[in-house]
Amino acid sequence: MKFAVLVNEGPYAHQASDSAYYFTQAALSQGHEVMRVFFYHDGVNNGTRLTTPPQDDRNITNRWSELAKQNDLDLVVCVAAAQRRGIVDEDEQKRNSKDANNIAEGFRISGLGQLVEAGIQADRLVSFGD
Amino acid sequence: MSEDTNQTSGTVKKFLYVNRRAPHGTNYAQEGLEVALIGAAFEQDVTLAFIDDGVFQLKKDQDTSDIGTKNFSATYGALGDYDVQKAYVEQESLDARGLTGDDLMPLVYEDEDDDWEEKPMIHIISAEEMREIIDQSDVVLNF
Repeated sequence: MKFAVLVNEGPYAHQASDSAYYFTQAALSQGHEVMRVFFYHDGVNNGTRLTTPPQDDRNITNRWSELAKQNDLDLVVCVAAAQRRGIVDEDEQKRNSKDANNIAEGFRISGLGQLVEAGIQADRLVSFGD
Repeated sequence: MSEDTNQTSGTVKKFLYVNRRAPHGTNYAQEGLEVALIGAAFEQDVTLAFIDDGVFQLKKDQDTSDIGTKNFSATYGALGDYDVQKAYVEQESLDARGLTGDDLMPLVYEDEDDDWEEKPMIHIISAEEMREIIDQSDVVLNF
């Protein structure tokens, strides 16, 4: 089956990102395809490389980056939600005249159209939120 | 299956956007509406549902000047221009909040199959009918 995953909450404050991660991992290990993981709303906060969670706890952002690398996952952060929350890549930094960028490895910033497209192309879109 | 470069062309799915939160206090309502508008540009079959506090999103005469947030309620009026024709509002949610259909914005769309006649977009339905609507949808997004 071809899945798309939507993550609507940021790391740690809500379970959503953890649940989405475990779901994605399980789907992949059972041979399914996960064609995109889309981060919307506070979910975009999963895409910053600047977190320093405590050493004895899971590193949610890095875990997504590693899963993406191992499985060639498409992690997409919504541009509109990212602009509101300050998740920035090099292009956005230039476009909006910011003095820094903070996007994590494996994540890319793109439009909401990527979410709708995922809904159309996937057999199932599974969302994780509050 | 061949890898088509434009895999969305021709496919029409029933998209349902479920709104359960009030328009202000959180920005789920505003960001949910943004997805609905973008979705309409993909020529899908888009329906909106309003349940629980989500029914407040459609309340008439919203004025946010005292709370300083953006009053995006006029955007619901634009949905008709984006080919959205159905907005289902749950009766039980209205009842529990002391609201009736008269409290809601009179959203309309122009029916291209009926000489562009203006028709109401909002349908007030029971919780049981709402379950049917959700069940019949292909893609359900929940805000």
